[in-house]
Amino acid sequence: MDDYDDLILSELPNEELVPQMHDDLYDGLNEEVVEGVNILLERGWLPYRVLTEALVEGMRIVGIDFRDGILFVPEVLMSANAMKAGMTILKPLLIETGAPRMGKMVIGTVKGDIHDIGKNLVSMMMEGAGFEVVDLGINNPVENYLEAIETEDPDILGMSALLTTTMPYMKVVIDRLKELGIRDNLVVLVGGAPLNEEFARAIGADSYCRDAAIAVETAKEYMARKHNQLVAAG
Amino acid sequence: MVVAEHSRTETFAMAEVHSPLQLSPATERLKGSPCERILLLACGALAREIIELKRINNWVHLDLHCLPAKLHLFPNQIPDAVEASVLKFRQHYDKIFVVYADCGTGGLLQDRCRKLGVEMIAGPHCYAFYEGLESFDSHQESELTSFYLTDFLVRQFEAFVIKPLGLDRFPELRDTYFGNYEKVVYLAQKDDAELEQEARRCAQFLGLEYERRVTGYGDLERVLSRLEP
Repeated sequence: MDDYDDLILSELPNEELVPQMHDDLYDGLNEEVVEGVNILLERGWLPYRVLTEALVEGMRIVGIDFRDGILFVPEVLMSANAMKAGMTILKPLLIETGAPRMGKMVIGTVKGDIHDIGKNLVSMMMEGAGFEVVDLGINNPVENYLEAIETEDPDILGMSALLTTTMPYMKVVIDRLKELGIRDNLVVLVGGAPLNEEFARAIGADSYCRDAAIAVETAKEYMARKHNQLVAAG
Repeated sequence: MVVAEHSRTETFAMAEVHSPLQLSPATERLKGSPCERILLLACGALAREIIELKRINNWVHLDLHCLPAKLHLFPNQIPDAVEASVLKFRQHYDKIFVVYADCGTGGLLQDRCRKLGVEMIAGPHCYAFYEGLESFDSHQESELTSFYLTDFLVRQFEAFVIKPLGLDRFPELRDTYFGNYEKVVYLAQKDDAELEQEARRCAQFLGLEYERRVTGYGDLERVLSRLEP
Protein backbone atom coordinates (compact mmCIF):
# COMPACT_ATOMS: atom_id res chain seq x y z
CA MET A 1 0.00 0.00 0.00
CA ASP A 2 1.22 3.47 -0.79
CA ASP A 3 0.29 4.73 2.67
CA TYR A 4 2.44 2.05 4.19
CA ASP A 5 5.33 2.71 1.86
CA ASP A 6 5.19 6.38 2.72
CA LEU A 7 5.24 5.78 6.44
CA ILE A 8 8.03 7.86 7.97
CA LEU A 9 8.98 6.27 11.26
CA SER A 10 10.74 9.34 12.60
CA GLU A 11 7.50 11.32 12.33
CA LEU A 12 5.55 8.89 14.49
CA PRO A 13 5.07 9.65 18.18
CA ASN A 14 6.38 6.97 20.53
CA GLU A 15 2.95 5.50 21.17
CA GLU A 16 2.61 4.82 17.45
CA LEU A 17 6.21 4.05 16.71
CA VAL A 18 6.51 1.19 19.19
CA PRO A 19 3.47 -0.74 17.86
CA GLN A 20 4.77 -0.05 14.37
CA MET A 21 8.07 -1.62 15.39
CA HIS A 22 6.16 -4.65 16.65
CA ASP A 23 4.56 -4.91 13.21
CA ASP A 24 7.92 -4.51 11.48
CA LEU A 25 9.43 -7.16 13.69
CA TYR A 26 6.48 -9.41 12.95
CA ASP A 27 7.09 -8.88 9.24
CA GLY A 28 10.83 -9.46 9.60
CA LEU A 29 11.83 -6.02 8.34
CA ASN A 30 15.40 -5.59 9.53
CA GLU A 31 16.01 -2.06 8.27
CA GLU A 32 12.80 -0.69 9.72
CA VAL A 33 13.47 -2.30 13.10
CA VAL A 34 16.97 -0.88 13.18
CA GLU A 35 15.63 2.52 12.20
CA GLY A 36 13.03 2.35 14.96
CA VAL A 37 15.65 1.39 17.54
CA ASN A 38 17.81 4.33 16.54
CA ILE A 39 14.89 6.74 16.67
CA LEU A 40 13.92 5.67 20.19
CA LEU A 41 17.52 5.96 21.34
CA GLU A 42 17.76 9.44 19.84
CA ARG A 43 14.61 10.36 21.74
CA GLY A 44 16.39 9.47 24.94
CA TRP A 45 14.99 6.02 25.66
CA LEU A 46 17.30 3.82 27.68
CA PRO A 47 18.56 0.83 25.70
CA TYR A 48 16.92 -1.56 28.15
CA ARG A 49 13.55 0.09 27.60
CA VAL A 50 13.94 -0.13 23.82
CA LEU A 51 14.87 -3.77 24.17
CA THR A 52 11.96 -4.75 26.38
CA GLU A 53 9.16 -2.57 25.07
CA ALA A 54 9.96 -2.61 21.37
CA LEU A 55 11.89 -5.80 20.61
CA VAL A 56 11.08 -8.35 23.31
CA GLU A 57 7.41 -7.41 23.32
CA GLY A 58 7.36 -7.70 19.53
CA MET A 59 8.91 -11.15 19.70
CA ARG A 60 6.43 -12.13 22.39
CA ILE A 61 3.63 -11.47 19.90
CA VAL A 62 5.50 -13.47 17.26
CA GLY A 63 5.89 -16.32 19.75
CA ILE A 64 2.17 -16.39 20.52
CA ASP A 65 1.21 -16.49 16.86
CA PHE A 66 3.77 -19.22 16.25
CA ARG A 67 2.32 -21.29 19.06
CA ASP A 68 -1.17 -20.73 17.69
CA GLY A 69 -0.18 -21.88 14.23
CA ILE A 70 -0.59 -18.46 12.63
CA LEU A 71 3.11 -18.03 11.95
CA PHE A 72 5.51 -20.75 10.85
CA VAL A 73 9.21 -21.35 11.22
CA PRO A 74 10.38 -19.23 8.25
CA GLU A 75 8.41 -16.22 9.43
CA VAL A 76 9.71 -16.64 12.97
CA LEU A 77 13.26 -16.79 11.66
CA MET A 78 12.73 -13.61 9.69
CA SER A 79 11.40 -11.91 12.82
CA ALA A 80 14.32 -13.26 14.82
CA ASN A 81 16.75 -11.87 12.27
CA ALA A 82 15.09 -8.48 12.57
CA MET A 83 15.36 -8.64 16.36
CA LYS A 84 18.98 -9.66 16.03
CA ALA A 85 19.62 -6.59 13.88
CA GLY A 86 18.10 -4.40 16.58
CA MET A 87 20.01 -6.23 19.30
CA THR A 88 23.29 -5.58 17.50
CA ILE A 89 22.80 -1.89 18.16
CA LEU A 90 21.53 -2.32 21.69
CA LYS A 91 23.99 -4.89 23.02
CA PRO A 92 27.02 -2.62 23.49
CA LEU A 93 24.79 0.11 24.87
CA LEU A 94 23.23 -2.27 27.36
CA ILE A 95 26.68 -3.12 28.66
CA GLU A 96 27.47 0.59 29.04
CA THR A 97 24.22 1.65 30.60
CA GLY A 98 23.54 -1.50 32.57
CA ALA A 99 20.42 -3.63 32.60
CA PRO A 100 18.85 -5.95 35.14
CA ARG A 101 20.65 -9.27 35.04
CA MET A 102 18.43 -12.28 35.40
CA GLY A 103 21.09 -14.95 35.49
CA LYS A 104 23.64 -16.72 33.36
CA MET A 105 23.15 -19.57 30.92
CA VAL A 106 25.55 -21.86 29.12
CA ILE A 107 23.91 -23.39 26.06
CA GLY A 108 24.99 -25.67 23.24
CA THR A 109 23.89 -28.31 20.78
CA VAL A 110 25.08 -31.76 21.83
CA LYS A 111 27.78 -33.90 20.27
CA GLY A 112 26.93 -35.33 16.88
CA ASP A 113 24.39 -32.64 16.10
CA ILE A 114 24.93 -29.55 14.00
CA HIS A 115 21.46 -28.08 14.25
CA ASP A 116 21.29 -24.73 15.91
CA ILE A 117 18.26 -22.80 14.78
CA GLY A 118 16.27 -23.52 17.92
CA LYS A 119 19.28 -23.04 20.14
CA ASN A 120 20.05 -19.70 18.51
CA LEU A 121 16.49 -18.54 19.04
CA VAL A 122 16.66 -19.54 22.68
CA SER A 123 19.97 -17.70 23.09
CA MET A 124 18.57 -14.56 21.58
CA MET A 125 15.35 -14.62 23.56
CA MET A 126 17.23 -15.33 26.77
CA GLU A 127 19.51 -12.36 26.12
CA GLY A 128 16.47 -10.26 25.42
CA ALA A 129 15.06 -11.32 28.76
CA GLY A 130 18.19 -10.16 30.56
CA PHE A 131 20.16 -13.38 30.80
CA GLU A 132 23.85 -13.49 30.06
CA VAL A 133 24.26 -16.28 27.53
CA VAL A 134 27.42 -18.23 26.77
CA ASP A 135 26.74 -20.05 23.54
CA LEU A 136 28.97 -23.07 22.91
CA GLY A 137 27.68 -23.59 19.37
CA ILE A 138 27.14 -27.02 17.84
CA ASN A 139 28.49 -30.57 18.24
CA ASN A 140 29.58 -30.26 21.86
CA PRO A 141 31.15 -33.18 23.70
CA VAL A 142 30.65 -33.35 27.44
CA GLU A 143 34.06 -31.77 28.02
CA ASN A 144 32.93 -28.52 26.42
CA TYR A 145 29.99 -28.25 28.79
CA LEU A 146 32.14 -29.06 31.81
CA GLU A 147 34.77 -26.53 30.89
CA ALA A 148 32.18 -23.80 30.35
CA ILE A 149 30.48 -24.64 33.64
CA GLU A 150 33.77 -24.35 35.44
CA THR A 151 34.84 -21.09 33.85
CA GLU A 152 31.46 -19.37 33.56
CA ASP A 153 29.70 -20.59 36.69
CA PRO A 154 26.24 -20.44 35.07
CA ASP A 155 22.89 -20.75 36.79
CA ILE A 156 21.43 -22.66 33.87
CA LEU A 157 22.70 -25.25 31.43
CA GLY A 158 20.78 -25.53 28.16
CA MET A 159 21.18 -28.44 25.78
CA SER A 160 19.65 -28.82 22.37
CA ALA A 161 19.36 -31.74 19.94
CA LEU A 162 17.36 -32.24 16.80
CA LEU A 163 18.17 -35.81 16.02
CA THR A 164 16.74 -38.92 17.58
CA THR A 165 20.24 -40.31 17.40
CA THR A 166 21.86 -37.45 19.32
CA MET A 167 19.32 -36.65 22.00
CA PRO A 168 20.51 -39.48 24.29
CA TYR A 169 23.80 -37.63 24.60
CA MET A 170 22.09 -35.19 26.94
CA LYS A 171 21.98 -37.97 29.50
CA VAL A 172 25.71 -38.50 29.11
CA VAL A 173 26.26 -34.87 30.10
CA ILE A 174 23.83 -34.97 33.01
CA ASP A 175 25.27 -38.23 34.31
CA ARG A 176 28.74 -36.71 34.21
CA LEU A 177 27.50 -33.70 36.17
CA LYS A 178 26.11 -36.11 38.77
CA GLU A 179 29.38 -38.00 38.97
CA LEU A 180 31.19 -34.75 39.60
CA GLY A 181 28.66 -33.77 42.25
CA ILE A 182 27.69 -30.53 40.50
CA ARG A 183 24.36 -31.50 38.98
CA ASP A 184 22.32 -29.76 41.64
CA ASN A 185 24.23 -26.53 41.28
CA LEU A 186 22.58 -26.00 37.93
CA VAL A 187 19.18 -25.88 36.34
CA VAL A 188 19.29 -28.11 33.28
CA LEU A 189 16.90 -27.20 30.48
CA VAL A 190 16.64 -29.31 27.34
CA GLY A 191 14.92 -28.77 24.02
CA GLY A 192 14.69 -29.92 20.42
CA ALA A 193 12.08 -31.30 18.06
CA PRO A 194 12.18 -35.01 18.99
CA LEU A 195 12.26 -34.38 22.75
CA ASN A 196 9.36 -34.44 25.14
CA GLU A 197 8.72 -34.03 28.85
CA GLU A 198 8.96 -37.73 29.51
CA PHE A 199 12.40 -37.88 27.93
CA ALA A 200 13.55 -34.87 29.94
CA ARG A 201 12.41 -36.54 33.15
CA ALA A 202 14.02 -39.82 32.19
CA ILE A 203 17.44 -38.30 31.60
CA GLY A 204 17.32 -36.20 34.77
CA ALA A 205 16.87 -32.75 33.27
CA ASP A 206 14.91 -30.15 35.21
CA SER A 207 12.62 -29.16 32.36
CA TYR A 208 11.84 -29.73 28.73
CA CYS A 209 11.22 -26.48 26.86
CA ARG A 210 8.98 -26.83 23.86
CA ASP A 211 9.96 -23.49 22.37
CA ALA A 212 12.12 -20.46 22.99
CA ALA A 213 9.40 -18.49 24.73
CA ILE A 214 8.81 -21.35 27.14
CA ALA A 215 12.55 -21.64 27.72
CA VAL A 216 12.62 -18.00 28.81
CA GLU A 217 9.58 -18.38 31.06
CA THR A 218 10.99 -21.55 32.60
CA ALA A 219 14.38 -19.99 33.18
CA LYS A 220 12.77 -16.96 34.84
CA GLU A 221 10.72 -19.21 37.12
CA TYR A 222 13.78 -21.13 38.24
CA MET A 223 15.68 -17.92 38.86
CA ALA A 224 12.79 -16.48 40.88
CA ARG A 225 12.67 -19.68 42.93
CA LYS A 226 16.40 -19.52 43.51
CA HIS A 227 16.11 -15.88 44.54
CA ASN A 228 13.30 -16.73 46.99
CA GLN A 229 15.33 -19.54 48.48
CA LEU A 230 18.27 -17.23 48.98
CA VAL A 231 16.02 -14.62 50.59
CA ALA A 232 14.49 -17.25 52.87
CA ALA A 233 17.92 -18.59 53.78
CA GLY A 234 19.28 -15.09 54.36
CA MET B 1 9.90 -21.55 19.34
CA VAL B 2 9.53 -25.07 18.20
CA VAL B 3 11.75 -24.81 15.33
CA ALA B 4 11.26 -27.74 13.12
CA GLU B 5 14.90 -27.39 12.80
CA HIS B 6 15.22 -29.27 9.66
CA SER B 7 17.90 -31.73 9.54
CA ARG B 8 19.82 -34.10 7.46
CA THR B 9 17.46 -36.63 8.89
CA GLU B 10 14.18 -35.52 10.27
CA THR B 11 13.77 -32.39 8.31
CA PHE B 12 12.50 -32.96 5.02
CA ALA B 13 9.68 -35.24 5.14
CA MET B 14 7.41 -32.32 5.00
CA ALA B 15 4.60 -31.34 2.77
CA GLU B 16 2.31 -33.97 1.47
CA VAL B 17 2.98 -35.23 -1.96
CA HIS B 18 1.18 -38.51 -2.11
CA SER B 19 -2.42 -38.73 -1.19
CA PRO B 20 -3.08 -41.77 0.90
CA LEU B 21 -3.39 -44.61 -1.51
CA GLN B 22 -6.89 -45.82 -2.03
CA LEU B 23 -7.40 -49.40 -1.07
CA SER B 24 -10.22 -51.46 -2.32
CA PRO B 25 -12.37 -52.34 0.68
CA ALA B 26 -10.32 -54.71 2.74
CA THR B 27 -13.25 -56.90 3.55
CA GLU B 28 -13.87 -57.51 -0.13
CA ARG B 29 -10.29 -58.35 -0.70
CA LEU B 30 -10.26 -60.87 2.08
CA LYS B 31 -13.23 -62.85 0.88
CA GLY B 32 -12.01 -66.28 0.05
CA SER B 33 -8.40 -65.26 0.35
CA PRO B 34 -6.46 -68.40 1.15
CA CYS B 35 -3.27 -66.75 2.33
CA GLU B 36 -2.29 -64.35 5.08
CA ARG B 37 -2.88 -60.72 4.22
CA ILE B 38 -0.44 -58.15 5.42
CA LEU B 39 -0.95 -54.39 5.41
CA LEU B 40 2.02 -52.13 5.05
CA LEU B 41 1.19 -48.93 6.85
CA ALA B 42 3.77 -46.61 5.38
CA CYS B 43 5.00 -43.07 5.15
CA GLY B 44 3.83 -41.43 1.92
CA ALA B 45 7.44 -40.65 1.13
CA LEU B 46 7.98 -44.39 0.58
CA ALA B 47 4.92 -45.06 -1.55
CA ARG B 48 6.58 -45.14 -4.94
CA GLU B 49 9.42 -47.33 -3.72
CA ILE B 50 7.15 -49.84 -2.00
CA ILE B 51 4.89 -50.08 -5.03
CA GLU B 52 7.95 -50.72 -7.16
CA LEU B 53 9.21 -53.39 -4.76
CA LYS B 54 5.81 -55.06 -4.75
CA ARG B 55 5.81 -55.10 -8.52
CA ILE B 56 9.36 -56.41 -8.90
CA ASN B 57 8.94 -59.12 -6.27
CA ASN B 58 5.31 -59.95 -6.98
CA TRP B 59 4.40 -59.43 -3.33
CA VAL B 60 0.69 -59.81 -3.92
CA HIS B 61 0.11 -60.65 -0.26
CA LEU B 62 1.15 -57.13 0.77
CA ASP B 63 -1.33 -54.27 0.66
CA LEU B 64 -0.22 -50.71 1.09
CA HIS B 65 -1.78 -47.78 2.88
CA CYS B 66 0.17 -44.58 3.12
CA LEU B 67 -0.10 -41.74 5.58
CA PRO B 68 0.65 -38.24 4.34
CA ALA B 69 4.39 -37.60 4.12
CA LYS B 70 3.75 -34.14 5.51
CA LEU B 71 3.34 -35.71 8.94
CA HIS B 72 7.10 -35.42 9.16
CA LEU B 73 6.59 -31.72 9.60
CA PHE B 74 5.07 -32.56 12.95
CA PRO B 75 6.73 -35.81 14.04
CA ASN B 76 4.84 -35.78 17.32
CA GLN B 77 1.66 -36.42 15.31
CA ILE B 78 2.99 -39.57 13.68
CA PRO B 79 2.26 -41.99 16.57
CA ASP B 80 -1.40 -40.91 16.77
CA ALA B 81 -1.83 -41.09 13.01
CA VAL B 82 -0.28 -44.56 12.92
CA GLU B 83 -2.42 -45.74 15.81
CA ALA B 84 -5.60 -44.46 14.17
CA SER B 85 -4.79 -46.37 10.99
CA VAL B 86 -3.81 -49.53 12.83
CA LEU B 87 -7.13 -49.48 14.67
CA LYS B 88 -8.99 -48.78 11.45
CA PHE B 89 -7.43 -51.56 9.44
CA ARG B 90 -6.45 -54.27 11.88
CA GLN B 91 -9.72 -56.17 11.71
CA HIS B 92 -9.21 -56.68 8.00
CA TYR B 93 -5.67 -57.98 8.12
CA ASP B 94 -3.74 -60.81 9.67
CA LYS B 95 -0.83 -58.52 10.26
CA ILE B 96 0.07 -54.86 9.99
CA PHE B 97 3.65 -53.76 9.47
CA VAL B 98 4.51 -50.11 10.04
CA VAL B 99 6.92 -48.83 7.43
CA TYR B 100 8.24 -45.89 9.39
CA ALA B 101 11.57 -45.60 11.13
CA ASP B 102 11.71 -43.48 14.27
CA CYS B 103 11.41 -40.42 12.01
CA GLY B 104 11.99 -37.82 14.69
CA THR B 105 9.45 -39.17 17.16
CA GLY B 106 12.13 -39.65 19.78
CA GLY B 107 11.13 -43.26 20.43
CA LEU B 108 7.42 -42.50 20.80
CA LEU B 109 6.48 -44.34 17.62
CA GLN B 110 8.34 -47.42 18.78
CA ASP B 111 6.53 -47.29 22.12
CA ARG B 112 3.16 -46.90 20.42
CA CYS B 113 3.80 -49.78 18.03
CA ARG B 114 4.81 -51.95 20.95
CA LYS B 115 1.56 -51.12 22.73
CA LEU B 116 -0.43 -51.80 19.57
CA GLY B 117 1.39 -55.08 19.04
CA VAL B 118 2.64 -54.18 15.57
CA GLU B 119 6.15 -54.25 14.21
CA MET B 120 7.91 -51.34 12.58
CA ILE B 121 11.07 -50.88 10.59
CA ALA B 122 14.24 -50.36 12.63
CA GLY B 123 16.46 -47.32 12.49
CA PRO B 124 16.31 -43.58 12.94
CA HIS B 125 15.07 -42.63 9.47
CA CYS B 126 14.75 -43.69 5.85
CA TYR B 127 18.27 -42.53 4.98
CA ALA B 128 19.60 -45.10 7.38
CA PHE B 129 17.52 -48.00 6.13
CA TYR B 130 18.10 -47.21 2.49
CA GLU B 131 21.82 -47.25 3.02
CA GLY B 132 21.65 -50.10 5.50
CA LEU B 133 21.75 -49.44 9.24
CA GLU B 134 25.23 -50.78 9.80
CA SER B 135 26.78 -48.87 6.96
CA PHE B 136 24.97 -45.68 7.92
CA ASP B 137 26.02 -45.97 11.56
CA SER B 138 29.63 -46.52 10.59
CA HIS B 139 30.04 -43.07 9.06
CA GLN B 140 27.66 -41.03 11.16
CA GLU B 141 30.41 -39.06 12.81
CA SER B 142 32.33 -38.34 9.65
CA GLU B 143 29.16 -37.27 7.88
CA LEU B 144 27.87 -34.99 10.52
CA THR B 145 27.66 -32.14 8.06
CA SER B 146 25.98 -34.10 5.27
CA PHE B 147 22.47 -33.36 4.17
CA TYR B 148 20.78 -36.42 2.73
CA LEU B 149 18.45 -36.68 -0.20
CA THR B 150 16.56 -39.68 -1.49
CA ASP B 151 14.79 -40.19 -4.81
CA PHE B 152 11.62 -38.95 -3.15
CA LEU B 153 13.24 -35.80 -1.85
CA VAL B 154 14.92 -35.06 -5.14
CA ARG B 155 11.60 -35.38 -6.94
CA GLN B 156 9.81 -33.34 -4.33
CA PHE B 157 12.56 -30.93 -3.43
CA GLU B 158 10.40 -27.90 -3.96
CA ALA B 159 7.40 -29.27 -2.08
CA PHE B 160 9.36 -30.78 0.79
CA VAL B 161 12.38 -28.54 1.16
CA ILE B 162 12.03 -25.18 -0.53
CA LYS B 163 8.44 -24.35 0.32
CA PRO B 164 8.19 -25.67 3.89
CA LEU B 165 11.37 -23.86 4.80
CA GLY B 166 10.08 -20.71 3.15
CA LEU B 167 13.08 -20.49 0.85
CA ASP B 168 10.82 -19.51 -2.02
CA ARG B 169 9.69 -16.49 -0.04
CA PHE B 170 12.83 -15.84 2.00
CA PRO B 171 15.85 -17.06 0.05
CA GLU B 172 18.06 -15.23 2.53
CA LEU B 173 17.24 -17.92 5.09
CA ARG B 174 19.17 -20.55 3.15
CA ASP B 175 22.32 -20.20 5.19
CA THR B 176 20.37 -20.02 8.42
CA TYR B 177 19.15 -23.53 7.69
CA PHE B 178 22.10 -24.96 5.84
CA GLY B 179 25.07 -22.95 7.02
CA ASN B 180 26.43 -25.82 9.12
CA TYR B 181 26.19 -28.34 6.30
CA GLU B 182 28.97 -29.02 3.84
CA LYS B 183 27.69 -31.60 1.43
CA VAL B 184 24.56 -33.06 -0.08
CA VAL B 185 24.68 -36.84 -0.14
CA TYR B 186 22.15 -38.21 -2.58
CA LEU B 187 21.22 -41.75 -1.58
CA ALA B 188 19.79 -42.93 -4.87
CA GLN B 189 17.29 -45.73 -4.95
CA LYS B 190 17.36 -45.80 -8.73
CA ASP B 191 20.28 -45.18 -11.02
CA ASP B 192 18.50 -42.48 -12.94
CA ALA B 193 20.33 -39.81 -14.92
CA GLU B 194 17.54 -37.26 -14.71
CA LEU B 195 17.25 -37.59 -10.96
CA GLU B 196 21.00 -37.33 -10.66
CA GLN B 197 20.95 -34.04 -12.57
CA GLU B 198 18.13 -32.81 -10.41
CA ALA B 199 20.00 -33.80 -7.25
CA ARG B 200 22.99 -31.82 -8.43
CA ARG B 201 20.73 -28.82 -8.92
CA CYS B 202 19.44 -29.27 -5.36
CA ALA B 203 22.98 -29.24 -4.01
CA GLN B 204 23.76 -26.16 -6.04
CA PHE B 205 20.67 -24.44 -4.75
CA LEU B 206 21.73 -25.17 -1.19
CA GLY B 207 25.29 -24.04 -1.91
CA LEU B 208 26.72 -27.42 -0.87
CA GLU B 209 29.09 -29.95 -2.34
CA TYR B 210 27.57 -33.01 -3.92
CA GLU B 211 28.00 -36.76 -3.69
CA ARG B 212 25.83 -39.57 -4.94
CA ARG B 213 25.58 -43.12 -3.65
CA VAL B 214 23.35 -45.65 -5.32
CA THR B 215 21.89 -47.54 -2.40
CA GLY B 216 18.99 -49.29 -4.02
CA TYR B 217 16.24 -50.06 -1.55
CA GLY B 218 18.62 -51.32 1.13
CA ASP B 219 17.07 -52.61 4.32
CA LEU B 220 13.62 -51.65 3.11
CA GLU B 221 13.64 -54.47 0.58
CA ARG B 222 15.27 -56.92 2.97
CA VAL B 223 12.75 -56.23 5.72
CA LEU B 224 9.71 -56.39 3.47
CA SER B 225 10.91 -59.59 1.85
CA ARG B 226 10.70 -61.27 5.23
CA LEU B 227 7.00 -60.56 5.51
CA GLU B 228 6.07 -63.92 4.12
CA PRO B 229 2.49 -64.89 3.40
